[in-house]
Amino acid sequence: MVEFKMPSLGADMEDGTLVEWLVKPGDIVKRGDIIAMVDTQKGLIDIEVFDEGTIAELLIKENEKVPVGTVMALIAGSNEVIHHLEKPVMEQVSETTTPKEVVKAVGIPETPEPKHRIKASPLARKIAADKGIDLTRIIGSGEGGAISKEDVEKAIIEQMAPLAGANIVSDQLPDQKAESIEIKKGASTESIRMAVAAAMSKSNREIPHYYLETKIDMSKALAWLMDANKKRTLKQRLLPVVLILKAISKALVEFPDLNSYWADGLQHKEAINIGFVISLRTGGLMIPAIHNVNNLSIDEIMNSLNDIIPRARAMKLRSSELSESTFTVTSLGEKNAETVYGVIYPPQVAIAGIGSITEQAWAENGMLAVRPVLNITLSADHRATDGATGSRFLMAVKKYLLEPESL
Amino acid sequence: MTELEIKQIIFKLLKQIAPDSEPESLMPDDLIRQKLEIDSYDALQFVIALDEHFGIQTPEEDYGKIETLKNLTTYIQDKQFK
Amino acid sequence: MNTGNFIKITYREAIKQGIREALQKDENIFLMGEDVGHYGGAFAVSKGLLQEFGSERIMDVPLSESGFVGAGIGAALSGMRPIVEIMTVNFSLLAMDQIANNAATLLHMSGGQFNVPLVIRMGCGIGRQLAAQHSHSWEPLFAHIAGLKVLAAGTHEDARGMLLTALDDPDPVIIFEYTFLLNKEAEIPTTAGAVDITKAKVLRQGTDISIISYGACIHKALDAAKELATAGINAEVIDLRILRPIDDSTILTSVKKTNKVLLVEDAWASLNVSSEISARIMENAFYELDLPVQRLSGVEVPIPYPKHLEDAALPQTSDIINQVKKMLQYG
Repeated sequence: MVEFKMPSLGADMEDGTLVEWLVKPGDIVKRGDIIAMVDTQKGLIDIEVFDEGTIAELLIKENEKVPVGTVMALIAGSNEVIHHLEKPVMEQVSETTTPKEVVKAVGIPETPEPKHRIKASPLARKIAADKGIDLTRIIGSGEGGAISKEDVEKAIIEQMAPLAGANIVSDQLPDQKAESIEIKKGASTESIRMAVAAAMSKSNREIPHYYLETKIDMSKALAWLMDANKKRTLKQRLLPVVLILKAISKALVEFPDLNSYWADGLQHKEAINIGFVISLRTGGLMIPAIHNVNNLSIDEIMNSLNDIIPRARAMKLRSSELSESTFTVTSLGEKNAETVYGVIYPPQVAIAGIGSITEQAWAENGMLAVRPVLNITLSADHRATDGATGSRFLMAVKKYLLEPESL
Repeated sequence: MTELEIKQIIFKLLKQIAPDSEPESLMPDDLIRQKLEIDSYDALQFVIALDEHFGIQTPEEDYGKIETLKNLTTYIQDKQFK
Repeated sequence: MNTGNFIKITYREAIKQGIREALQKDENIFLMGEDVGHYGGAFAVSKGLLQEFGSERIMDVPLSESGFVGAGIGAALSGMRPIVEIMTVNFSLLAMDQIANNAATLLHMSGGQFNVPLVIRMGCGIGRQLAAQHSHSWEPLFAHIAGLKVLAAGTHEDARGMLLTALDDPDPVIIFEYTFLLNKEAEIPTTAGAVDITKAKVLRQGTDISIISYGACIHKALDAAKELATAGINAEVIDLRILRPIDDSTILTSVKKTNKVLLVEDAWASLNVSSEISARIMENAFYELDLPVQRLSGVEVPIPYPKHLEDAALPQTSDIINQVKKMLQYG
């Protein structure tokens, strides 16, 4: 029997709310099927399954908020006979030992109470009651998400600047459900801001960044692109960033130290999954991954962008797209600042910054000329690599962009 | 198609691409992308939408001719009546 | 007062000094048990005492636990202060009827007329490769019996002093001594003597977690606490000492301070002393708990003979360290 667990969609994710099951017990699933929709700080995410088999039991009810790693469903392998399963021991214990907590969503009248039980230590409950802290708003750090004294003490400190976004959960009629999701989306703009804030604070606090920058003459690349676009219909048209992504992916093949995670040392990542920063019109960021960029053609990369950008804007990304990037690219696009220095998204070890391509005075062979110039930067983790590696990486990117036909 | 009708369609298309923007607030000489904060990807989507709606073709070298509301309206009128 | 002076002695020597001091102090006190006289004690605890005090005071007895414990009870009823040595706890079950049905009940059955001022010492514990019939941590069996006082001498000071206080008690007292510790050396004050037998003792002050144990096990708890300190974890170590009646106040005070408790003992987990302590903490300090109370106990198997299996059957220092780190999420 395989356990299907609440996935972690990034280092900053602590829990998620199951919005909808897209399968029921008895359904046959295969790898890659989307079986659930989960609401996270980053919006509604389609959750894929990575195993094959038959859904044996759904353990989590819709609208239940559970910590990352919680078993949500059991999937029987193709050879297994499904027996009726007892609930996991953990849940049994909590049902018999945790007193039923009556939770009132303060300030939101006529809102149904969240159904999940709150796991908190007796001491945490006592302190919370004394200080008027609402335990429903605390994410426990203990086993199974249990709230400890320390969690409550932190919440007391943070009470001055509380996290916005009341979790309005509706288990009413289906037509009311759509409304509740809308409300959640509204709330998650702010929670996305908090998620970005948490990840970037962690990055700046823990990662010793070093920064490199180089200028690349893009005239050949843009000419090649113009030419290529003439052969394409409008819908197939390529953006310059696609060439740059391809060049970066090829350079990453040469410098695996930059396509890595830092967690108790350097861990090389086999796949080159580039997280592409997409800024949301309402503020905040989404960083969906384009998988195996080095194996994709230019057109395939453009197709990927056409696929993920609208979905990112609509906050409809898949779990694998949010959790599997190994390197990040932030691109400002046209008519913007020329240079951007990124902040690394941990546990990754580097981020490339693509500025606007602008016309600049260009000295070459003792002559001055005007050229379209790209300022590309690399922010990298000095624990993982040194400037020499970063510099050679940028030179490799430059080499590829100077020979666009090679891409 | 009158200038007003063209503008109405442009506003509608812009609203689709940037739902929270206010295209109606554009002055004739405002740079559309700058004013409405449209990035290069959305700009491409906008051109695709223009081509589909007005049945025109906008080559890349013409991008400089459609930067403002006034330019764009004229450009579409020219293309349509050609 | 010469409190600054310490003397380094073995646990065996500490017990012997306690017995000798008692015998010197009161002529009604005498020692009886298997091989305590001519042989000098199965573990050489009473070596030389026969020569010093004579066969009236140091009495070899036949191999009949029920018989000589019964004789001890009779002597106590008639005004003597016997110290009965049962070689090891394994043989004590033969005397269980005398202990549970007579020594523990006579005061009650006689309407308060007859006290039984008997002290029984027993060798106890696991860890010397004596296999399933000679290695037991059976303190919980005795701690269950109303009418007894049950002491566990985990430290040299208690080995030296518990007997003296127990002999002053008007009612039956069982003292567990740990054969595993006999050759262990430690420093005790030269002035060491009678000790209190009502309170548990905080052996190491801490703020992050309370490790509560007794008997030979407390040394593993202390070693673990020392090691945890290097990882920045400040563990408090409590030696229960008195397994019946349990001293609640020392335990609860510690729980209120640390909010987290790990109970450690060699005895089998089901219905052991830790079970009782855990229940008392839950009943009396539930709202002070920040984590569920955890226990590390002996594995519930007959104690194996091979060294590595015997070690695996008991909580070890590393188990305590790992459990504490897990509880405090130090990874």
